[in-house]
Amino acid sequence: MRVPYSWLREYCDPGMTPAELADRLVMTGTEVERIDVVGPPRPEGFVVGKVEAAEQHPDADRLRVCSVDVGDGATRTIVCGAPNVAAGQTVAVALPGARMPGGEKLRKAKLRGVASEGMILAADELEVGEDHEGTLVLDDALLAGTPLTAVIPLAEPVLEIEVTPNRSDCFGLFGVAREVHAVTGAALGPEPWAEDVVAVGAGEVGELASVTVEVPELCPRFTARAFVEVELGPSPLWLQQRLSAAGQRPINNVVDITNYVMLLTAQPLHAYDLDRIPGGELIVRAATAGEKVTTLDGAEHTLDAETVLICDREQPTGIAGIMGGQVSEVSPETTRVLLEAANWNGTNILRTSRLLGLRSEASARFEKQLHPELAMRAQRIASRLLVELCDAKLVPGTIDVAASPPPAITLPLRAARVRGLLGMEIAQEDQIAYLERLGFGVAVEGDDLAVTVPPDRHHDVTREVDLIEEVARVHGLDEHLPTTLPAVGERVGRLSRPQRLRRRAEDSLRDLGFDQIVSWSFTDPGEAERLRIPADDLRAKPVRLANPLSEEQSAMRTTLLGSLLDSAARNAARGAQRVALYELGSVYLEEPPPAAGGPLAGDFPGERAAPVREPLRIGAIALGSLAPASWRGAAVPADFFALKGVAEALAGQLRVELGFAPGEQPFLHPGRTAAVSVGGAAAGWLGEVHPLVCRAWDVPAAVAFELEAAPLLAASTAGEEGYEDVTTFPAALRDIAVVVAEEVPAERVRATVLAAGGELLRSARVFDLYEGEQLGEGRKSLALGLELRAPDRTLTDDEVDGVRDAIVAALGAELGGQLRE
Amino acid sequence: MISRIAEIRSEAAAAIAAAGSSEELEGLRVRYLGRKAELPGVLRKISELPPEERGKVGGAANRARKELEELLGARAESLDASELDSKLAGDRLDVTLPGAPPHPVGHAHLVARTQRTIEDAMVGMGYTVAEGPEIEHDYYNFTALNHPPGHPARQLQDTFYVQSHPEVLLRTHTSPMQVRAMETQPPPIFVVVPGKVYRRDSDATHSPMFHQMEALAIAEGITLADLKGTLLTLARALFGETREVRLRPHYFPFTEPSVEVDVSCFQCEGTGALPDGSRCNICKGQGWIEILGAGMVDPNVLGFVEQYGYDAERVQGFAYGLGIERVAMLRHGVPDLRRFFDNDLRMLEQFA
Ligand SMILES: [Zn+2]
Repeated sequence: MRVPYSWLREYCDPGMTPAELADRLVMTGTEVERIDVVGPPRPEGFVVGKVEAAEQHPDADRLRVCSVDVGDGATRTIVCGAPNVAAGQTVAVALPGARMPGGEKLRKAKLRGVASEGMILAADELEVGEDHEGTLVLDDALLAGTPLTAVIPLAEPVLEIEVTPNRSDCFGLFGVAREVHAVTGAALGPEPWAEDVVAVGAGEVGELASVTVEVPELCPRFTARAFVEVELGPSPLWLQQRLSAAGQRPINNVVDITNYVMLLTAQPLHAYDLDRIPGGELIVRAATAGEKVTTLDGAEHTLDAETVLICDREQPTGIAGIMGGQVSEVSPETTRVLLEAANWNGTNILRTSRLLGLRSEASARFEKQLHPELAMRAQRIASRLLVELCDAKLVPGTIDVAASPPPAITLPLRAARVRGLLGMEIAQEDQIAYLERLGFGVAVEGDDLAVTVPPDRHHDVTREVDLIEEVARVHGLDEHLPTTLPAVGERVGRLSRPQRLRRRAEDSLRDLGFDQIVSWSFTDPGEAERLRIPADDLRAKPVRLANPLSEEQSAMRTTLLGSLLDSAARNAARGAQRVALYELGSVYLEEPPPAAGGPLAGDFPGERAAPVREPLRIGAIALGSLAPASWRGAAVPADFFALKGVAEALAGQLRVELGFAPGEQPFLHPGRTAAVSVGGAAAGWLGEVHPLVCRAWDVPAAVAFELEAAPLLAASTAGEEGYEDVTTFPAALRDIAVVVAEEVPAERVRATVLAAGGELLRSARVFDLYEGEQLGEGRKSLALGLELRAPDRTLTDDEVDGVRDAIVAALGAELGGQLRE
Repeated sequence: MISRIAEIRSEAAAAIAAAGSSEELEGLRVRYLGRKAELPGVLRKISELPPEERGKVGGAANRARKELEELLGARAESLDASELDSKLAGDRLDVTLPGAPPHPVGHAHLVARTQRTIEDAMVGMGYTVAEGPEIEHDYYNFTALNHPPGHPARQLQDTFYVQSHPEVLLRTHTSPMQVRAMETQPPPIFVVVPGKVYRRDSDATHSPMFHQMEALAIAEGITLADLKGTLLTLARALFGETREVRLRPHYFPFTEPSVEVDVSCFQCEGTGALPDGSRCNICKGQGWIEILGAGMVDPNVLGFVEQYGYDAERVQGFAYGLGIERVAMLRHGVPDLRRFFDNDLRMLEQFA
């Protein structure tokens, strides 16, 4: 909403600069985005001039050499290009030295050999309208030399206000004036709709026009007045200036008046050429689905059955509350006008405007739900202006098709509640003053008040708390509100255990050399295919957005791997030699979430299950090397075992035992894929990314893992460790090497050792692998380090040997293993 | 004989003191104390002397031998040390070669790091951290937050909807968790909600995805003044001990009264100008930086959870919503919101 300062001051002069007023408004809840200046930056050098003579320029067909009296005694020569300039005209003149809009300084200049001592101005050169063709012809009563700023505002400051959706009243200038009155205390002028004009036309409006409303629930009020002998023409300068400053293009006096009144009252109006409405009949009805309408802007729209149309007997004339049609538009031939001021269901206007992608000044106001009372305010002001500016005659009577108006609201405002909600005291007389200035009616009831809400605020202020906000914001929050903290009570703030463990996981991966990334949750629907995920896999059926910004961001990711590959590929393309990234984030699977525990096994699931499952995952990817090359040696390649080591170290930090078994994933190397489990339950995968997937992302090779956070964190015992005495009775260490068939997994050997070792065997670790000819075809040797310990004694050599023999026997019996000597 | 012993002793002592290397010293040891040397010979032949001289000569020879052994030992020690020094001095490294890289340590993402900082500040004030779904029901994102269907305030946040279900959307704020949290726990409740949120908007200061931190405090007697104190504490934790906050009335559908909150500029200390007189670029010369929206929870919102113990006449409280990237951008001078999700190593590695 643009508020020209001179217009505002007509109703409320705050007695301060626009910048000071803007500060005050901002601190009381009205956002002022900026202060514009319309017209020349300074009024100096702009005067009224009288054209005494206008002669053809000797060397230029299109130029005239004018003698202009600018009131300083001498007559000036001004060369002018306007075709309509003529002797005897009163015009607006810029003298040399004046600053034009945009800041350029006007200088004396020779035009085709004739010196020009100024400029005769067209409307657009003062930023009044867009007319550049003719000179701006002023009232002949003005004296030469009169400062132009006495005729129209120059250097007009305009406050650009951001009106919040609740304050439909501030979509009207008088509403802004009332707000300025409330927050500054400056006097407010009388309401501009207070006086109505006297009808002088013949007959009665009902004889000329009729209105039928078929959908009263969508059109709570429709008022219309008729005007005859209307003289259509350009608006007076002051009106054009105000509209221009407020951002509206002047068109003709009738249309300008409707726009002016809308800007003043927030109530949109529409003027019809009454002679172009067959029989003067208007019908307000719902559209039939598929019905087509062409609006004033020339666009054709296809409507649905909830759209409301204003129609004449034959066809629609406009889309209600949004935009008129071309059918009965006011034109230069118009002499009889039917003026509509209606009230519409705001929700439906908003819906229709969004559906059609059609917004207008009118719809922006109607969608906030205006009060039906506003319609007659607008009719009164517009009637007066039509009479004054178009010499129109108001036909007696007003068509008023209205449902019963909404009842007035009276609310209690309890002093204790004001104090209790705000934590500060506001004296009763102050509360009364603020509310009355805002237009509320106030009655005192002891400490409390009974407050009646004006129509302008009917849909905004409906509860006591809304009144508390009103008094608080006018009173001032910044300077008066104390600074306190809520009582601590019995609460203790802390992270939950999964939250703390998650931080531990993040820190561990960071310390293991991985950079954390945060990726888009969006992906493109083709990602699953690039990951070679078959079409019937849940991960190939992502949650799709109905209104994405682009195809590339139209689906929600179902894996972290895609995000990790995206970031890895981008960094590799930039020349990074070592890329090690991890992400802790959600993926989105279109299936119901688990019945209990919420999406993150969180503590606040609420009543309604989340629409889809959003498991939190921990993923990592590595390209190139984990430890960089240097002059001392080559880099440590990022291969399967390097990344497995990272996963194991992460698990170690979380005190979780991860299981690794041969696995299968469409996007991984089939021979280098591990299925990862926690406590026997599947918890993700780890492996070498499939060469074809690498090719799709244009990375040379990569290893990655993606683990479910929930089971990992649930199984973690980090922070819950108990002390164990390992010093009193020290451990005995033994190494063994066992030769087994090549296909026997190392983990199976280790499991056999652990099972056979019994209680005394505290750990077994594979530390070497040997494959060589001397072992024979298809055989390999694994070396394991064994740690044996008893809690209550130092083990004897005999005991240790006994355990070792049992292990060797088990390896032989279960795996065909032989000790390698 | 005794004078000969003294002669040997002083000759040997001088030679030992003059010895320049351990090899030379070893030669002196053989020469004066070796099997064929004169002094040991004296001791061996002591029995050949007259009995009255045996004691005297034997004593003198023994003393001389002991003394020479000590001198040899001391000299050997000092020669070893100086020889080691000269040996080490010849064993030079090029100390200007780069150090061998340690196992590299990674970096926390700036958004995650900032989120932790905010969480920690709020946990310190007695809040617990609640998290919730990003794909949400319209009910939680809008309706139960006093944005009824068709309400113009819904347009304040341009929303992504899910294709398969018209009532399901990407949450536009972390506020849906206000309602889930209140459905789960009766008052008093003090929670913060970090997480990803989504709006259909993309430029340098708007990203279709970003992170928010929501706070909700509901109990008996919580006031707007308590909100101000809480935000002052938070602002000081995030932007420095001398910060001040300023509340400006505003409009949000789910709070009443609603405020926008400014923090005094940490670069120019709220003056709007830098020491050289130029306009402060962070606050654009205003002295204040808008950081978040907040307010007292609207009774209509409490109305949706009244059956869980939230009677608007008995309990009340506040909520705020803070953009995590906005805090990170201010604290670290990041100019474009979308840079956070490029995951460019060159940026990631700037932040420990
Ligand atoms: Zn500053």
